[in-house]
Amino acid sequence: MLLLAPTALALGALTVYPGAWVLWLSLQHRIPIFGVARFAGLDNFTFLSVDARFWSAAHTTAVFTVASVALEVVLGVGAALAIHTQRRGRAVALSFLLLAWAMPAVVAAKLFEWLYHPVAGLINVALGRHALNWLGDPAIALAAVTLADVWRTMPFVAILCYARLLAIPADLYEAAQVDGAGRLATLTRITLPLLGRILLLAVLFRTLDALRAFDIMFVLTGGGPANTTETLTVYAYRALFQTLQLGFGSALSVVVFALVMVVAWAYLRLLRAGSVAT
Amino acid sequence: MRPATRTLADVVVIAALAAYAIPFFWQLLTSFKPEAELLRIPPLLPSRLTLSHYRVVLEQSLMPRALLNSLGIATLTTTVALVVGLPGAYAVARRPVPGKRWLLLAIVASTAFPQIATVSPLYLLMRGLDLRDTWTGLVLVHASFALPLTVWLLAGFIREIPIEAEEAASVDGAGLVKTFRWVVVPLLAPGLASTALLTFLFSWNEFLFAYTFTVSEASRTIPVALALFPGVFEVPWGDIAAASMLASLPPVLIVVALQRFLVRGLVAGAVKK
Repeated sequence: MLLLAPTALALGALTVYPGAWVLWLSLQHRIPIFGVARFAGLDNFTFLSVDARFWSAAHTTAVFTVASVALEVVLGVGAALAIHTQRRGRAVALSFLLLAWAMPAVVAAKLFEWLYHPVAGLINVALGRHALNWLGDPAIALAAVTLADVWRTMPFVAILCYARLLAIPADLYEAAQVDGAGRLATLTRITLPLLGRILLLAVLFRTLDALRAFDIMFVLTGGGPANTTETLTVYAYRALFQTLQLGFGSALSVVVFALVMVVAWAYLRLLRAGSVAT
Repeated sequence: MRPATRTLADVVVIAALAAYAIPFFWQLLTSFKPEAELLRIPPLLPSRLTLSHYRVVLEQSLMPRALLNSLGIATLTTTVALVVGLPGAYAVARRPVPGKRWLLLAIVASTAFPQIATVSPLYLLMRGLDLRDTWTGLVLVHASFALPLTVWLLAGFIREIPIEAEEAASVDGAGLVKTFRWVVVPLLAPGLASTALLTFLFSWNEFLFAYTFTVSEASRTIPVALALFPGVFEVPWGDIAAASMLASLPPVLIVVALQRFLVRGLVAGAVKK
């Protein structure tokens, strides 16, 4: 019991206590520069329900999350399968993936800012000088940000899947071969089902991360252009520290928090149901 | 497949993944390109390589200070998280703790905790305790944020150690501390290393807290310094590239040198749940 004390103390002081505090803040009107600090009940939340910018940020968050996680799963499984077929050079192949994964998100943002440069960016040059304004055009900015995020986080999915592939016993494949199963059948009947559980986990982690994503859009676009890349977290941050509405920003944070918890809970249920079934 | 086809397939996979890393290599190349050639492509390759961007970053920017801050803060964060988390992890793994199920659930839940949810109270707390713009403030916040994952990973690694070793030690009359020091910790070394690396990487890469709780170069970490990298009249792409490379140096070194540990840690973190 004593052994747990330091952990409990640290989490209590710097996670649980602020967690309760933010709930309290979210029920207040608090704008320090104007000296405003009073209890507001659920005002902040009722305002959110009719706040167009909030719904737009919620929409952006949803699009970003679904698109990035879907892309990561497809690319990640593909990369894992490809590395798994390798006889030699697996360590080198993995290094390239880990390289992208280990970058700070801010560095990834800077790498892509340069790739997206309208004139000298590698992407526009490769496209034959179409001179797309990737980060400035409201129609494509979110796609550009999503791509940058996928680049950095897909390796996580790939590595988890690859590790699971390593754990599949070779005789399973041999048996399939003896039974005359082709490569496609082996993939769809054996490999992919066995990846199911780890994929669900990978999707859980990635979804939670995508829902609270901040760094990449904050640095690449700052939420712009025309707020098209403003996720809930970025909106919350801007409300808290750019317009200094501590109460209202906290209410937004609480929404993100609740969203993440609900999604985590739903996934865990799904995961448990899955483990009962198999 | 024939051996030649196999080798070809291997080469294709490696080439594809090398291509995947192009954003990094392109920035690496940019960081050595002469200023005048930056905005002129094609040609893709520069006429010569130069260290001038690195010189600017190291001699005229606040990057060296930020590197030092990041190195210090990430190292201290790792130390604090391990020291605080190790006993907790041991208890979770080995001791019958009342309400363990709930405790585990709480740990899992707190790994899902979004930073934005606590950033406003923590900001007030930091301001109240006068810890803004200090290493201490960031280390405390980073360590506590990394703690659930640290405990989780370590508990998993401790469970992999055969309990017989500890039982033998206690039969030989070793107390808890001695058993811990001479039996558990040595056997745990690889697990400790993976956990330490992941914690270090988390702190090194962390942006939201570092950005919010720092005001000056006194505690500004490298991602923050990079995000705020100043341009006077135009964006200094070459200098930014050089700064990015410096910021990714430790992560790259960690990845290259300790790939095996790292994959183990990552996989353990996910699978144990």
